[in-house]
This record gives sequence, C-alpha cells and structure tokens, in this order.
Amino acid sequence: MRAKGLGWAPYVLLIPSLVYMAFFFAAPMLQSFGLAFQDRAGDWSTVSVTRMLNDAQFQRALLTTLTLLVLVIPIQFVLAMSMALIINARLKGSGLWLYVFALPLGVSELAAGIIWYSIFTERGWLNSVLTGLGILERPYIFLNPQEPFWLILAVVLAEAWRATAIVMIILVAGLQSIPRDYLEAADVFGATTWQKIRRVILPLLRPSLQTALILRTILAFQVFATVIAIAGRGLNVLAAEAYRWYGDLRDIHVAASYAGLILLLSVMATILYLWLLPTREEQLA
Amino acid sequence: MSSDPLVVAAGDRPLPPALAVAAEVRRRRVGRRRLLSRAMLYGLAALLALWVLLPIYLISVSAFSPREFVFSFPKTLVPSEFSTETIGFFANSTGVMPALWRSVQVALVAVVMTLAIGAPAGYAIARYAFRGRNAFRLLIISTKAFPIVILSIPLAVFFLQAGIRDSIWAVALMHTALALPFTVLITSSVFVSVPRELEEAAQTLGSTAVGAFVKVVLPLALPGLAAAAIFTFVLSWNEVFAAVILTLRERTLPALVLTVMTQSPLPYRFAAAFFMLAPSLIVIFIIRRYLLGLWGRVIK
Repeated sequence: MRAKGLGWAPYVLLIPSLVYMAFFFAAPMLQSFGLAFQDRAGDWSTVSVTRMLNDAQFQRALLTTLTLLVLVIPIQFVLAMSMALIINARLKGSGLWLYVFALPLGVSELAAGIIWYSIFTERGWLNSVLTGLGILERPYIFLNPQEPFWLILAVVLAEAWRATAIVMIILVAGLQSIPRDYLEAADVFGATTWQKIRRVILPLLRPSLQTALILRTILAFQVFATVIAIAGRGLNVLAAEAYRWYGDLRDIHVAASYAGLILLLSVMATILYLWLLPTREEQLA
Repeated sequence: MSSDPLVVAAGDRPLPPALAVAAEVRRRRVGRRRLLSRAMLYGLAALLALWVLLPIYLISVSAFSPREFVFSFPKTLVPSEFSTETIGFFANSTGVMPALWRSVQVALVAVVMTLAIGAPAGYAIARYAFRGRNAFRLLIISTKAFPIVILSIPLAVFFLQAGIRDSIWAVALMHTALALPFTVLITSSVFVSVPRELEEAAQTLGSTAVGAFVKVVLPLALPGLAAAAIFTFVLSWNEVFAAVILTLRERTLPALVLTVMTQSPLPYRFAAAFFMLAPSLIVIFIIRRYLLGLWGRVIK
C-alpha cells in the first residue's frame, strides 16, 4: 500500500461515492422518519404511525413477516451449511457443485415466487404428482386464502429455495479461511465428522454465520414479491403493506411508517445478533 | 477423543510385524469408512442439486410447452411437445417488449454509473493507506444490506419534485445506490490483485499516474470490472420493489409483471418467470469465480 505522497488522492477518489451515498442512503433514511411523523397536511404529528399501528392489517402483516422469518432462516442455514460442507469436501467437479448450488442467487424474488406458484397451484406439479401416486383423488387447492398454512409453507419453500445460495456463499468463503491443518489435526485424533463440525468448524465459522444471519434477517423483513406471486393478497407482509399504502391508498406517510418500522426491526435484529454471537478480534483477522 | 497410535505411527517408521498387520487392518477399515462417507456425500450433493434444479426444470417445461399444457391436468414431468407458443404469447402481450427494453436501459445506466462512481473508491481502498479507510470500508459493508423499502418511498417524493418520477432515470439512480457498495468491494479486490509494482514500473518509465493506470492497471483489471458490471446488471434486472414504487406507466419488466400478474392467465406468468430467470442463470455462470469475493466477506 502506498504510504506517502499524494495524501489527498484517496479522498478525491472517495468523494463521488460518499456524495452519492449521502444523497441516496442517508438523506432518504432521515426523510423516511420525517415522513412517518407527519400527517397528510405535512405537519408534525404521530397520526400516521398511529394509523399504521391501529390498521386492521398491521398485526397480521407483522405476525406473518415474523413467522416467515422464524421458519425460513433455520431451514436456510441447515441447507446452506450442508451445501458449504459438501463444497469444502472437494468432491469431483467441486466448481460445478458450487455453480449449481449458487444458481438461485441470480433468481429474482418474483420469478422464484411464480415458480413455486406453478408447483402449488391447483393444476400444478405437486397435485399432478400426488394424484399420479394415488395419494390424492382429485387436485387439492393448496393456495387457498382461507388456509394460511399452505400459503406460508409455499412461501417458506420458495424463500428457502431462492435465498439459501447467498448464505451458502458466505459460509463457503468462511470455511475456506479455516486452515486445513485444524481439520487434519482433528482427523488424527480420530474425531468423527459430527465432532469436527461441532468442535472445529462451527466455532471458527462464527463471523461468517453472524454476517449471514444479519444479512438474511434484514432481507427477510423485506420479503415482498415472493409473497405477492404465491399468495396474492392472501398473506400480508410488512413490505406489501408499505406498497399498498403507497400505491392503492395513496398515503405516503403511513407507507413511510412501515418503512421506518422495517428499518427499526433490521437494526434491532443486527444488534441482537452482534450481542448474542460476539466474535473475537483474532477470528476476524 | 484418544489418538489412534496405529494409524498415526504407521507412516513414520517400520512397525513390528504384528502391529503392522493390525495397522493395515485398521487402515483398511478407516479407508472403507471414508469410502462410505464419500458415497453418502455424493448422494447428499446430488439430492441438494436436485432441490435446486428441479424447480428451474419445471418452469422451463411450462414455458416451452403449448398453452393447453399449462392448463392441462395431471401434468407429465417429461414434456410431450416442445413449443414456443407460451413464450411467444408473453413476448407479444401488451407492454412486455417496451418494459423489457426499459429494464435493459435501466440496468445499463446503473452499470455505467456504479462503475464510474464506485471503481475510484475501490481503487483508493486497494492502493492507499489513509486515515478513515477502515471507517469507509465499514460504511460500505454496512450499506450492503440496506433495506430497499426505506429508500424507495422517500425517494419517490424526491423524484416527483425533481420531475423524473416514473422514468427509467429514477429507477436507474435507485439501482445505482443499491449496487454501489458491491461495486466498491469487488473493484477494491480486483485492484488489490493487480501488482502495484507494474504500475510503479510504468511510472518510473515515464508514464503519468493516470497513464500508468489506463495502460497497465485497467487491462489487467478488466475481467474483474466486467464481473462487477454483470453483478449490477443482474441486481437491477431482478429488482422489483423500488421499480414498482418509482414507476407508474414506465414499468420495468419485473414491475410490469408484478402489477398485472394477478389478472393474467397462467401461461403469461410462467413465461414471465422464465423470461426473468434465463439471463440470470447465464450471468451466474459467467461470474461464478467472483461469487465468493462478492458475498463471502465477513463484516470486519
């Protein structure tokens, strides 16, 4: 790294991104809270936040978002951990395995939602297989607004399918930074695979797990298009409510209240993870 | 766990015959166990690959079958007839082609802007030790997961005032902000991998700093910069929340599909999903080498 000379050069190079981020990250974030604490006339008031809290859909949206989060994240971590360990085991064609497991990384929320809709819909693949095997006599209507169980299951599967890849990538990178000697040492001492995972890999993987958990949780609070594609208005989530208040109900202040709530939940979750999973400095090096 | 003296010792020095036999037996047993666990690993890998690939296969079957197939029941997993009727129906539906073109334009503008703004910062992080470097890195990394919902709604107000709401520019500016942290991170890792000595040599031989950068660094950094560009393209191509908030008539493809989806017939939806999916699959293949660098970083 260059230590001396042209001391101002790096700052000049940073200016464009700093200005852009001040304009498109910091300012909107502050303005979001500003909008939330205004009424429709633009006067300071808590009426918009109160309207959000008292809205009939609010509790359902919050509860569904949290339910999805609690169901999806453990599934994703088990799947991602399995995939990452497989890649780290260096099977033949490990590059191909990595590519296949990473494929959903490029799939949008919306496309993933439609794909799983095509599986669960009345004349869809699941019903085709189940009637073909004789388990069902006639197709069952899984995606029925009256039955949130199947709607939630379909969304959970779609999200687990789509967004596991990102967790996997973070864990693979973490696994690669674990010195091979540690695992070989464990081998020499006759450790079983499970013991190696539990005693060597998981503790050393903590920073990666923490990063992945924070990222996935923040993204889970924003779940949107997958839900719309699978459940339509049958399920309510926070981001969809923000969209509804903005688009259908034309109340930007309540929409901003939802946005602020999502930010608040994201920040709280991040702090919680940092507190629950402290990582020692030397592990980060 | 206790260590296994037979296995450990066997490689080092000759063992007494009885022990040697015991070691051989043990090694074979360990070898067999290894082989078995190896086979199980392949099985599990195949199962997980099936979980990833099956849904992609199913949507491809729906997209490339005649329209009657989409409504038929029960469906067969092996398609009976290949047809572009469903895809063609979607492509010719009202608004799809203009929306597709808008999506491409938005993504291209975002690519150019993220590189123009982000690459210099990436270069600064890679090449200079300066006060505030770590603070800046932390800022970049923490904005990587910034909730898009927060940004879209206030920015809609701003874009309305600026007179560019409901245009590709509004969406492109938003997508640039979303992709900027990634671009800074990936370009910094790209520039780190270009040896500084080459750049210095060029300067010693009479090049200016800018000349050395353009003639020496840039050609070597090009593949990595292309990966950053492709990443931004996919992010923009897939993004729907900001697009649907910031546009009304000038919809991008995902925004259009999201808003008309519930009133559209099944072939439209399935073909749309395939349409949005296909470019991403190719792109992931192109940038597969950079995936770990893009996302693998731990918050430091």
